[in-house]
Amino acid sequence: MMLGNWSVRIGGAALLLMALVSMAAPWLGTVDPSLFDAASRDLRPGESGEILTLEGETLKHTFRMGSDSFGRDIYSRVLYGTRVSLAVGVGAAALALAFGIVLGLCAGYLRWLDGPLMRVMDGLMAIPAILLAIALVALWRAGIGTVVAAIAITEIPRVTRLVRALVLSIREEPYVEAAVSLGTPTAKIMFGHILPNCIAPLLVQGTYIVAFAILVEAILSFLGVGLPPDIPTWGNIMAEGRVQFVAYPHNVFFPGIFLAVTVLAVNMLGDGLRDTLDPKMAKRV
Amino acid sequence: MSVLQVRNLAITLPKGGDRPQAVSGVGFEIEKNEILCLVGESGSGKSVIAQAVMGLLPKTLAVAGGEIRLEGEDLLAASPARLRGLRGARMSMIFQEPMTALNPVMSCGAQMDEVFSVHTALSFPLRREKSLALLREVSIADPVRILASYPHQLSGGQRQRVMIAMALALEPALLIADEPTTALDVTTQAQILNLILELQRKHGMGVLFITHDFGVVAEIAQRVAVLRAGEVVETGPKEEVLKRPQHEYTKMLIRSVPTLKPHARSVQDSPLVLQTKSLSKTYSERSWFGVRREVRAAVDVSLEVRKGQTLGIVGESGSGKSTVARCIVRLIEPSAGEIRLGGTDLAHMPQRALRALRRRVQIVFQDPYRSLNPRRTVGEAIIEGPMNYGTSRSEALARARNLMELVRMDPQALGRYPHQFSGGQRQRICIARALAMEPELLVADEAVSALDVSVQAQVLALLAEIRERLSLAMLFITHDLRVAAQVCDQVAVMQHGRVVEYGPAREVFLAPKHEYTRALFAAAPGRDFDFGAA
Repeated sequence: MMLGNWSVRIGGAALLLMALVSMAAPWLGTVDPSLFDAASRDLRPGESGEILTLEGETLKHTFRMGSDSFGRDIYSRVLYGTRVSLAVGVGAAALALAFGIVLGLCAGYLRWLDGPLMRVMDGLMAIPAILLAIALVALWRAGIGTVVAAIAITEIPRVTRLVRALVLSIREEPYVEAAVSLGTPTAKIMFGHILPNCIAPLLVQGTYIVAFAILVEAILSFLGVGLPPDIPTWGNIMAEGRVQFVAYPHNVFFPGIFLAVTVLAVNMLGDGLRDTLDPKMAKRV
Repeated sequence: MSVLQVRNLAITLPKGGDRPQAVSGVGFEIEKNEILCLVGESGSGKSVIAQAVMGLLPKTLAVAGGEIRLEGEDLLAASPARLRGLRGARMSMIFQEPMTALNPVMSCGAQMDEVFSVHTALSFPLRREKSLALLREVSIADPVRILASYPHQLSGGQRQRVMIAMALALEPALLIADEPTTALDVTTQAQILNLILELQRKHGMGVLFITHDFGVVAEIAQRVAVLRAGEVVETGPKEEVLKRPQHEYTKMLIRSVPTLKPHARSVQDSPLVLQTKSLSKTYSERSWFGVRREVRAAVDVSLEVRKGQTLGIVGESGSGKSTVARCIVRLIEPSAGEIRLGGTDLAHMPQRALRALRRRVQIVFQDPYRSLNPRRTVGEAIIEGPMNYGTSRSEALARARNLMELVRMDPQALGRYPHQFSGGQRQRICIARALAMEPELLVADEAVSALDVSVQAQVLALLAEIRERLSLAMLFITHDLRVAAQVCDQVAVMQHGRVVEYGPAREVFLAPKHEYTRALFAAAPGRDFDFGAA
């Protein structure tokens, strides 16, 4: 049913391709993305040059996307950067959904928790997401886990609100009341009856978080507060290329294209899923 | 010339439906000054016909053939602009749910005014004068206030009157009424039916009245067309069709309508299962600035249910009957009073202590489409309760199979999901789920109200059989006096949260004492018709 939708097909296929590329990066003619060679600085895309390995050997290498001002291979860095971006995106979405689901279920079903919990969430939402993420990364040691956590924390209130709203309507359904009268324990009602009926909108929300997280990671790296510069991420590559943008636009162009295509694919997947999973929308088509 | 002429109408359903055509070969005529009732069960295609006449068919449905003539003019050949001109002016429609048929953010006056401003060139004061005259004609109290009111500020009956006034605004030749009283209480229904009759006579309109309720047919129809699965199986004058039905299907439908006469089962004294003493439930809205609004949903309700017997609670919407049921099942906590189950009072028992008692009282809800979790198989639903109380999975499944047989379903169906079943089948599953707990008291909250009359008869028979076999105590909540007459041994009539009359069913039905009970019986549609006997 889901695969009948073109948005789902195209978005899913593009995303799948990205995932394959990131996993197969070592076999796609790349070199270690941290290698550099002073002799091959600022090469244009397609030019050949040499690169120095860690063992001290010099290899012939074609720089398909050119090289940066340190003489690093942008092609290798962009491909390896895909790993970081997808990991951050999926990781942040999973983390935000996990916490958001638990908090939202509690706020929606246990009425006495609703007020305190939602006021905390309102407080969190009052801080601009990007500033909060910067503050959190600054507070902790820079690393992929830190970035994922920082992005997830800014997304948790939104997921919580969504889940709470869903729970508030589902808890009034007769099948939930039937479960109460069957003596089903509260936790089992929350996770066994209510949660499965929230899955469709959560799946859609999850894809939007993935897209948002990938963007925020790039922004953080670009601003220099994300992952350390030696880890190849799209944001880092663009940040380093920025200074020479006029002379060597490829430094920014290639990671930018990858970023844009990935985010577009994820959003398309989300839109498509929303259309197929929402029975009201499906009927209209 | 007849007002409406439908000949050989066929409308195709999209692929994957339960039948290729929504309606096929449908033909009927409505003369001036005539009311034709189109009767059928859900899914018979009666609303599709109304939509086709109005030119409001959803895009997924296409007219495959036939003709629809309004005062001789072929509607199927008319342009959209011509249809727009005809709608409202020559034919108009009233709907089942006046709350959703009226625009919630426009005042009633503005909505009525729209009819005139679109179709006529009258000035505003004249239009307003006409609106007021119309509201007076549908005998609504205080028409000036109604014009300024928004739909949510009116009662269901008032909203339907406004709808009717709008439909009559331009003196149409044809009025289509699609289940216009189904969402209304029985006393309001009687008033609206009278109003439609009166207006129809006065204006000499042709009326196409769509309903599933034979009581309503008996009240209002002059001629009747019976629809089954998109085909007209029988047409004729009301007396003919209701008293001497020819077609098997019509006979079956009329046989399924419960009579208003109470059943003749003898009532023996048996042990008390549940007793409520001055049960009350008050909802209060707390606001920040002192002013508190209180709604007394149930006041001083004292009832008794005995083993093997059925207590019916009868009342209109808002009478508090469901509140009482939900208190007894302890889905909500009563504000005051006692609920004694056996020797224990569970009115204010904390949830933890309540768990042990829950299995002794079980409930079946009204809406069969929402009372089963769509993401769980039927088997999972039935074994959930017993497994909560420590029964092993295999044992619970074995019991579930027996229960499925008890409710006349195939035990193989346990692995299927609720959406694969019809409403009646789902209600059977809900009954099996409740019975899996081996309860002493079964609460049926409008359990047959959403079902078609033939299915309703089957489920009622099933409930009676189960009560007999398991000597269950049953609390049966309904707004339908006919259903109550068939199943109840004792009846409590509720109004505004209070029990106004309470006694053995025979006494209440044959010699009602309270004024409100008498009003209810007087309003019951088709009370002069003896259906079950046909």
